Amino acid sequence: MAPTSIDYQIMWNRLIAVVEEQATTLIRTAFSTSVREAGDLSAGLFDRRGRMIAQAVTGTPGHVNAMAESVTHFAREIGAQNIFEGDVFITNDPWLGTGHLHDFTVVTPVFRGGLHIGFFACTAHVVDIGGRGFGPDGNEVYEEGLLVPIMKFAERGTVSDVLLRIVRANVREPDQVVGDMYSLAACNEIGDRRLQTMLDEFGIDDLDGLSDFIIETSRKATHAAIASVPAGTYRNTMDVDGYDAPVTMAVTLTVEGDRLKADFAGTSGMSRFGVNVPEVYTRAYACYGLKCAIAPRVPNNTGSLEPFEITAPEGSILAAKRPAPVSVRHVLGHLVPDVVLGALHQAMPDTVPAEGASALWNIQISARPSDPDSGLPNREVLMFNSGGTGARPCADGLSATAFPSGVSTMSMEATEHVGPITVWRKDLREGSGGAGALRGGLGQTIEIEPRADYDFWFNAMFDRVKNAARGRAGGGPGGAGRVELADGTPLNAKGRQLVRNGKRLRLSLPGGGGYGDPKRRDRARVAADLEAGMITPEQAKVDYGYDD
Amino acid sequence: MVDRSLRVGVDIGGTFTDVALEHAGGLATAKVLTDYAEPERAILDGIARAAASAGVAVEDIGQVIHGTTLVTNALIERRGAKLAFITTEGFRDVIEMRSENRFEQYDLNLELPKPLVPRKDRFTVAERVGHDGEVLLALDPEEAEALALRIASAGYEAVAIGFLHAYANDGHEQLMEAALRRHAPDLSISLSSVVSPQMRELPRFNTVIANAYVRPQVAVYLSRLVARLRDAGIGAPVFMLHSGGGLISVETAAEQPVRLLESGPAGGAIFAADFARMHGLEKVLSFDMGGTTAKICLIEGGEPKTANTFEVARTYRFKKGSGMVVSTPVVEMVEIGAGGGSIASIDAMGRIQVGPRSAASEPGPACYQRGGEEPTVTDANLLLGRLDPDNFAGGAIPLSTASATAAVDSRLATPLDLPGGDAAFGITEMVDENMANAARVHTVENGRDIEHFTMIAFGGGAPLHACRLCEKLGIDALLVPPGAGVGSAIGFLKAPFSYEATKGLFQRLDAFDADAVNAALEALEGEATTFVKAGARDAATATRLTAFMRYSGQGWEIPVPLEHRRFTAADIAPITDAFEAAYRTLFGRTIDGLSIEITNWSLVVGSVLPPVAEVGRSPEAGTEAPWRKRSFYDAAQRKDVEAREVERSAMAPGVVVEGPAVIVEDETSTIVTAAFRAIGQSDGSLLLTRKEG
Repeated sequence: MAPTSIDYQIMWNRLIAVVEEQATTLIRTAFSTSVREAGDLSAGLFDRRGRMIAQAVTGTPGHVNAMAESVTHFAREIGAQNIFEGDVFITNDPWLGTGHLHDFTVVTPVFRGGLHIGFFACTAHVVDIGGRGFGPDGNEVYEEGLLVPIMKFAERGTVSDVLLRIVRANVREPDQVVGDMYSLAACNEIGDRRLQTMLDEFGIDDLDGLSDFIIETSRKATHAAIASVPAGTYRNTMDVDGYDAPVTMAVTLTVEGDRLKADFAGTSGMSRFGVNVPEVYTRAYACYGLKCAIAPRVPNNTGSLEPFEITAPEGSILAAKRPAPVSVRHVLGHLVPDVVLGALHQAMPDTVPAEGASALWNIQISARPSDPDSGLPNREVLMFNSGGTGARPCADGLSATAFPSGVSTMSMEATEHVGPITVWRKDLREGSGGAGALRGGLGQTIEIEPRADYDFWFNAMFDRVKNAARGRAGGGPGGAGRVELADGTPLNAKGRQLVRNGKRLRLSLPGGGGYGDPKRRDRARVAADLEAGMITPEQAKVDYGYDD
Repeated sequence: MVDRSLRVGVDIGGTFTDVALEHAGGLATAKVLTDYAEPERAILDGIARAAASAGVAVEDIGQVIHGTTLVTNALIERRGAKLAFITTEGFRDVIEMRSENRFEQYDLNLELPKPLVPRKDRFTVAERVGHDGEVLLALDPEEAEALALRIASAGYEAVAIGFLHAYANDGHEQLMEAALRRHAPDLSISLSSVVSPQMRELPRFNTVIANAYVRPQVAVYLSRLVARLRDAGIGAPVFMLHSGGGLISVETAAEQPVRLLESGPAGGAIFAADFARMHGLEKVLSFDMGGTTAKICLIEGGEPKTANTFEVARTYRFKKGSGMVVSTPVVEMVEIGAGGGSIASIDAMGRIQVGPRSAASEPGPACYQRGGEEPTVTDANLLLGRLDPDNFAGGAIPLSTASATAAVDSRLATPLDLPGGDAAFGITEMVDENMANAARVHTVENGRDIEHFTMIAFGGGAPLHACRLCEKLGIDALLVPPGAGVGSAIGFLKAPFSYEATKGLFQRLDAFDADAVNAALEALEGEATTFVKAGARDAATATRLTAFMRYSGQGWEIPVPLEHRRFTAADIAPITDAFEAAYRTLFGRTIDGLSIEITNWSLVVGSVLPPVAEVGRSPEAGTEAPWRKRSFYDAAQRKDVEAREVERSAMAPGVVVEGPAVIVEDETSTIVTAAFRAIGQSDGSLLLTRKEG
């Protein structure tokens, strides 16, 4: 009996559960902190032509269509005649995977009755990939670690010993990295098992009909959503701090019927440092921002992603060319949604939020004994921290909340058990939300001191210090970020710096921009913000015109 | 004369207050509407009814066991005390910043749940304790006095105190409490180092705040309840079921009401666990489906699986992350928005979606004819022949097939251009998918294979859906116990006295300090035993020890069961083995070359349950139950099938009915699909097993 529309709907629902289970397996077995704590991973099912059918919703929009595109690269490079049952493919090529060497993408072909019917793919961030370690200081990708080109991790069930030996010899934590490669392969296997059960249950032998149904249904829904955006050409630019030089991001959105193009012509050229973004990662975040505003409820698959045609000029900082360094491509990547949403605002007023802090303020702390001969161990501590999001047309921004990234922060008590630091402060940064009828989300203030007998190094990679998040529709800017010692000594927002014993590092994270004229803010809310200390008395008076 | 074996369980739920009375002649039950204004009125009414039907005098009742959603409702509806929170300077906003993420990735207008204590009511003092309990910054007594004075004069009804690392050193919290006592002797004060002495500031602060928030209200309610019971001649001691599935005294409950959060659902899990023990079932998936949600719980070795954190008061469609994480011992359950009242709609892609929105009991499904116009799961079940329109709830609620048809046609079938029957099938199949997927993910997260489990189904909706769920999950056996409509209240009667004491004590295993651990465990055992003895008196008790462990650098711990003993340095090896065994069960492998850490300890002291009388499987009797013809839609076969309708009361031990069949009773109907058969059991349960071949 041929499957009906109801059958396809049920199978679609099941496939979402299958890829969620695939992702859950990875989260629970991966070693990397950013996978387990922050959900820095992706998992999905593809048909035999490499079209994505279903993808798990995880913490990282950056993987959204980066992984979706990567499977077609695998199919092309491996070649149909070389795809065998029991094979597992792998790469961490930033331009063919998800934008930097730390992400491994693993693809496993699915067979049924001896015939190749599709692929499972997944991506995760590994703890180390050799080279200089995770940071922006390399000047070419070669310095950033080992690059594994698209190749077979396993052929007909036999894992490549050569590959494992090369990886082991090139990374700082060989057990964990190789362990994660196996975890990636294992989660695809789980997906395969569940998919086969479903195909048994529905008595079908391939994914073709189902894949067409899902992709065409989603494409139609996405085109319909795009068609409701007024036609026109909309431009926006945004200046951000960058690493060694300020960066201008420029985008032109063209909406024509049910087609939408976003092009980043006019964007600054590449940096000498690892903040460059491969185009695939730019596409991922641009698409994420557009999708949130235009078609948030259509699940991710080739049908819902392809209608967003996103390009950046090769050689720009948003479409870096080999062999550019790209290690911390997430910083500028996280800022991409703000620039596209700003353009979209012109087409769809009162839909998108004001600009936010957007780029995470992640801190990698390397604690070192003040006396190298003390015998005390070195310790590494990683913290994820977020500033404020932009105010929405109908709601205040979210304070100290990640957007567009979806990561979580860790417990400070747990962090203090990991390394010899004391966190003296981690609370909302009063007055940092941009003024507006709707207020921007507040940033946060963090103060960290090395514990007795230790100093620490930290790697600053913070944006929105020189360029605050802008408000929208008359709203004011969010508070700009600040990097300093608690005694007021200024520090650089970029690069590796030392905090000696007895000193405290103070990070003031940016707030989100406001939305609408602050003078029009509901007076009761101004009063409440003032009473709660979310805004200062001076802001109440000057920005909000509140005198009571 | 008071009879200690005469025990009554009372469960207050959102709609009904259920009573189960255990007496020499068996079990009497009653179901009355919950009285929101004075919950104890419904309790007395229910007890009187159950006693009457059992033929006993209420004065003779020897024990009252109570569970309630009062605490959960107070949190959801924000009806708690005017509360102040005092915390460490620099950490005023922990409960507002939460985990700094968004639980819904694509919703630009997402609203995060508001913190229980608004910022203006959160106060800080300069003090700091380090991770190892060392005082880094001493609390200035004058500052504590000044703040105490300020709070005492500000009209707060309750105060929660939560300082950083207070689980490692509670000195500052105690100092702050003492200062408050001096200025406000009657103020209700809760300390994080008492309510939840575990590492991780967000859940610990949430827990102490939730506790303080509901405490005045719960204390008043419980003392009024005890008084009203006495007035009615019931002088028996009253015990409360806590979220972890054990009993505590009303006094303990009044001090730590946060332990009552999940008491009703925990009763359901114990109910299922009791049947698991009686039927000798090692691995059980309990499935409880009501009007709005379905709950799933794993039961192994007769014990419901427990956890030490959970999320309460989800604000966004039961979505993980949209509630408030608290750390208190709890029976671990997955709850999803799937029930008889769950509403079916069409999404942007033209797909049928079911739930989490529910028509609840008001207006209820369209077929109730009380104004509901949207199609629900119950409407679909009616159209597929799984419910009898003339015999729903024993005939108390007549169901309108015409209204169900109209709702399904107008909202789904017509817009989707589907035959009405297909749309109804789409609804039940989609809700069954959702429940099956939730069950599968939950077992995967626990490193288990669902195929090896037996399902126990209870709650009004579960017997209608359980068989199809088993088909989807590859489960071969399903038990439908009797009395399923008041399962939680019955479960209360089967619960042991127990108390779980926890302590954050961070150690690397290679530097295992046995003396520190022994001292901590001794304190935990003393604390837990005191609470247990308050109820269990001289009953035999047993302990269960769990260490929460992980590899160095990992973000979360796994529970590792350990034998409760005095530890020595020589125990590092067996503890390592136990950790690796637990890790392998969950994740399929261990990681070489990494050090191991212990973060928290938990010790449960509980009274030993009397051995259950095992119910042997009833041999097939070869007799047939009287039946009449009926038909329903069999999902696996995709067609209407001729089925036998049998009264549940006719399912005597050994009586077999081959599916497709419908076994009817007042409270619910059990659907036996074509792939299954049902056998009556001696305890009144129905056992459904997959047909051979």
